[in-house]
Amino acid sequence: MQAASNASKMIYLLRLGDSALVLSQRISELCGKGPALEEDLALANTALDLLGQARLWLSYAGEIEGDGRDEDALAFLRSDREFHNLLIVEQLNGNYAGTIMRQFLFDAWHTLALAQLTQSSDPRICEIAQKSQKEVTYHLRRSSDLIVRMGDGTEVSHALTQAALDQLWPFTGEMFTGDAIDEEMTAAGVGFDPAQLKQTWQTYIDQVFTVATLQLPRQDAWMQKGGKQGVHSEHLSYLLAEMQVLHRAHPGAKW
Amino acid sequence: MYAQLVETGAKKVPTLAEMTPEEQAFQAKIDAGIKIEAKDWMPEGYRKTLVRQISQHAHSEIVGQLPEGNWITRAPSLKRKSILLAKVQDEGGHGLYLYSAAETLGVSREQMVDDLHAGKARYSSIFNYPTLTWADMGAIGWLVDGAAIINQIPLCRCSFGPYARAMVRICKEESFHQRQGYDIMISLMRGTAAQQAMAQDALNRWWWPSLMMFGPSDAESINSAQSAQWGIKLFSNDELRQKMVDQTVPQAEHLGLRIPDPDLKWNEERGHYDFGAIERDEFYSVLKGNGPCNKERLATRVKAHEDGAWFRDALMAHAEKRAARAGKAA
Repeated sequence: MQAASNASKMIYLLRLGDSALVLSQRISELCGKGPALEEDLALANTALDLLGQARLWLSYAGEIEGDGRDEDALAFLRSDREFHNLLIVEQLNGNYAGTIMRQFLFDAWHTLALAQLTQSSDPRICEIAQKSQKEVTYHLRRSSDLIVRMGDGTEVSHALTQAALDQLWPFTGEMFTGDAIDEEMTAAGVGFDPAQLKQTWQTYIDQVFTVATLQLPRQDAWMQKGGKQGVHSEHLSYLLAEMQVLHRAHPGAKW
Repeated sequence: MYAQLVETGAKKVPTLAEMTPEEQAFQAKIDAGIKIEAKDWMPEGYRKTLVRQISQHAHSEIVGQLPEGNWITRAPSLKRKSILLAKVQDEGGHGLYLYSAAETLGVSREQMVDDLHAGKARYSSIFNYPTLTWADMGAIGWLVDGAAIINQIPLCRCSFGPYARAMVRICKEESFHQRQGYDIMISLMRGTAAQQAMAQDALNRWWWPSLMMFGPSDAESINSAQSAQWGIKLFSNDELRQKMVDQTVPQAEHLGLRIPDPDLKWNEERGHYDFGAIERDEFYSVLKGNGPCNKERLATRVKAHEDGAWFRDALMAHAEKRAARAGKAA
């Protein structure tokens, strides 16, 4: 087994941390604006879990890099081209069907990804994955349940949920497309081959969509890519502008 | 204090002799410190007053998510972001307990929320002020949650069981909230000149609105006297406000902040601080809907509710479909 280079490992950790951070940030935009009080609580809870996970991944990424950058330096002082999150998590909240569909498609992948990482040869990654897995199992249970309720609810909710699925579908391909960094991490036993998760993911979402009476988009649909490599949609830069504005306005300040 | 100027419907506080036998028995329980529970007999005025007070408190928790939610996405560190998210989530949880406590009195959450959206029910005037800088997160935790605790600790002993019990849990969390606010202020005052100025500016803007949370002087108020007799108001607005000032001045001094009140002075004889009068005009004006954010706060809540209608309908429709399928299968 080849040892992974620190530079690649750092990017690998940033991919995990950035996806959690960006999704947490998106969900936080909805604070106090959910469709029901119970949803407000669940949204805050999910955002909080993802933020906690992001902090663990980013802190470790900073340690691996060894240049003294902590979680805040990595979250607040990188530009969008230096973020490595999946494209799906930076997509706008849209209506609530979009918010939950984005969550569901990501949760279904996230659960599988974390399960793989609990087998990592890197004990720290195992530890973070194990802690996160408990939280994400609950996220998936919740988002699956809501997809069924919205899909098999009223005509309006069905149409909105189907439209959200159709719109977000092109952002799912990236979750299963590996690159040189994935290969290096897999070879070192640190990470996993993303393509391997595809079948299990597909089977799971098929089951949920069947119960939800939703139509799966075409399997040969064109898929967007680039997030993992730092090439994003236009949305990310605005999200970061808001997130980073205060921190950047006071260089070096402690909060 | 999240409940202000709660109407009791009383024209005069009745004496024991003027009460019916049922009212006398009810009053005897209150005087003996026995909790009133949801299914016990209670005067209609007591029930209505509690619904007003508890729902106003619940609405305050819900609307109160907005001014702080305004800074979650811009919090200056991930740790602060995480603490603020958890705090705002607690506020939502408080809203949930309080709506449930009010529901034990025979009013539905839908009705209470509709009354809020229609402008028939109030929420605390404090949430109609804007949060302009990060230091406002510190000032709100320190002063607004601080004021809320001063009001709510006695409510843990109030006569209505479900409200008193909800308050016990809420007060524990509020006390964490206040500490996190004070901790933000400490960090700012240990920071750069810009951070210190931000902290002073926040205190300047939040001091008077926080004192207004206790409402106008109620020494002569029939509503307060009636609520006191019913065991749901244990101290006067002025007593609570004095406690707030006495508690907060040394904290401000410790932080190195100046309280924006030229009349503030320790009174050796009274053993309390003397302080200036709140501006009644501003208080009533904000209460009537003319605060800087009244319209915006309410519009945000109404929009969230209206935008979410299809979602709530879907959940109901799905539940009915499931029940129908289960019925067929049985």
